[in-house]
Amino acid sequence: MATLNLKDLRKSYGDVEIIKGVDLAIEDREFCVFVGPSGCGKSTLLRMIAGLEEITSGDLMIDGQRVNDVPPSDRGLAMVFQSYALYPHMTVEDNMGFSLRLAGVSKEERRAKVGDAARVLHLDKLLDRKPKELSGGQRQRVAIGRAIVRKPRVFLFDEPLSNLDAALRVQMRIELARLHDELKATMIYVTHDQVEAMTMADKIVVLQGGIVEQAGSPLELYHHPRNLFVAGFIGSPKMNFLPVTVSAVDGTGATVRLAGGSSITVPVQPGRLRAGDAVMLGVRPEHLRPAEQGEIAGEVMVVERLGGETFLYVQLGAGEMLVIQADGEIPTQVHEKIMVKLDPATCHLFDSAGLAVERAQRHPLADIHRTAGRKAS
Amino acid sequence: MHPKTREKIWLTVLGWFAAGLIFFPIFWMVLTSFKTEVEAVRTPPSLFFEPTLENYVTVRERADYVHFALNSVIISVGATLLATLIAVPAAYAMAFFPGKRTKDLLLWMLSTKMMPAVGVLIPIYLLFRDLGAIDTRWGLTVVYMLMNLPIVVWMLYTFFKEVPKDILEAGRMDGAKPKQEVWMLLLPLSLPGIASTALLSIILCWNEAFWSLNLTTSNAAPLTTFIASFSAPEGLFWAKLSAASTIAIAPILVFGWMSQRQLVRGLTFGAVK
Repeated sequence: MATLNLKDLRKSYGDVEIIKGVDLAIEDREFCVFVGPSGCGKSTLLRMIAGLEEITSGDLMIDGQRVNDVPPSDRGLAMVFQSYALYPHMTVEDNMGFSLRLAGVSKEERRAKVGDAARVLHLDKLLDRKPKELSGGQRQRVAIGRAIVRKPRVFLFDEPLSNLDAALRVQMRIELARLHDELKATMIYVTHDQVEAMTMADKIVVLQGGIVEQAGSPLELYHHPRNLFVAGFIGSPKMNFLPVTVSAVDGTGATVRLAGGSSITVPVQPGRLRAGDAVMLGVRPEHLRPAEQGEIAGEVMVVERLGGETFLYVQLGAGEMLVIQADGEIPTQVHEKIMVKLDPATCHLFDSAGLAVERAQRHPLADIHRTAGRKAS
Repeated sequence: MHPKTREKIWLTVLGWFAAGLIFFPIFWMVLTSFKTEVEAVRTPPSLFFEPTLENYVTVRERADYVHFALNSVIISVGATLLATLIAVPAAYAMAFFPGKRTKDLLLWMLSTKMMPAVGVLIPIYLLFRDLGAIDTRWGLTVVYMLMNLPIVVWMLYTFFKEVPKDILEAGRMDGAKPKQEVWMLLLPLSLPGIASTALLSIILCWNEAFWSLNLTTSNAAPLTTFIASFSAPEGLFWAKLSAASTIAIAPILVFGWMSQRQLVRGLTFGAVK
């Protein structure tokens, strides 16, 4: 059992506040990912949980106990660092068994425990090596092994895959997900890579400027972003935004007039909007398609062909650029004039403050948990 | 000839010339130690002569070399150990938990080295007299330790800065207390740096003459005092002085020669990655 509760957690360096009041609940066995642009405070928040940074104010609770003033090693946490932070002068076995040695565990017991962890991570043949004799992926596994050996209540990962090449990163991602299922432990994972966040997380916490913009399941963030920032941050390529005007509001949603003159009715809850409001229409590249009869006209400026899919960068009359994710087989050429079809059901509206207007219906997958049989909190 | 090759040859010649210039006084001193007193002061000086060991015999008869050498070893090593013992925690704190004034503090410590030693001779002498520390090994050890402490702290600080902070933090997460962090992680990782710092400190202590001449007479006198004792008021006996100097610097010369790789590595540590 390990639940974490962050209550109005704050961190300041002198007069500069880095973490500006974070409230967050992380459930037992949850895989929680902190994601955000660099400098958003995600690593600082993780280090505060770890005990490596002092908490300026607020409460950090682990299993209902306030641990603000408990030293790192007594919090029952283990951390995997971005740089792996292996002890260069020790063998793999000594690296993994260091915490046990400090805890006064006997040599035999240490050996057995390290052996168990090494088997899980396929490190059993490397136990006598020094870190410098290992590849990047192996070092990463040793760092994870060092964490596993401690049998922590919570695992903390600080951008653990960012030093690996693309292929290895995918492999380690799968391995970590498997490990999470196997160890049944609570994990907190920091990354700036939203693909890692989307694929691994039970819960994603999007941070910006030291505040939580939104926390929820990956598909909740994808289908129901709370504001412009989250909408733009989750999804790749990022969501397109077009300034539009509300022309009518009724029970079926809000009708907005696009720059080209055509109108669409977006199924949102009508509550806050009034006719005449200037709002932002958000639509993801994968929800747009070129069509004979479309709502928006534009000229293709760039064509990126990835094989399976093609990205079209379309310049609209008003000067905005629209990204469309089209089929890999599409024959469209640069400077071709095309029409773009919008599906109103996949469109988002954001008010003048940048907050999302609630959609009329909740997406059926928004509450699906990555781990089978569980619902996101 | 290729300009690069010519440049290389010039640099080599220049290097050898500089090395010769630095080495010449030592070479001449060793040479003189094998001359007779008459031969030693002859003009023009002679390069070829009949060597004699007579000076070494006289030096041995006149003073107990082993006594002075032992003092040098005890005081140099003792002062270095003491300085390292004090400097390690200081440098650890400054490298990993710097405050607003850490940089100023380091600079201030180093600036004390810029003051001429003679400026504090009187107060130190009086303190030593009242404490009964004159001509004692522990007294000189303490002075040497204080003399080298700024450099030792500064060097260790630089070496500790090279150790990734993550590794110590990983240790902290694994349950290491500060003492264990230093002993089990920091020290093994910065061992080359600590070794070269200690070497430099030993060499500086060994060669120190100002304090040893002023604060010791016989009991605790190290080799620098031993050399000075051969410059008598009746005049300089060059050959004997050279013989005394040669046997005084021989141990540290051999020591420095053996550890030169360590020294160079330590002194350029971090400069080249």
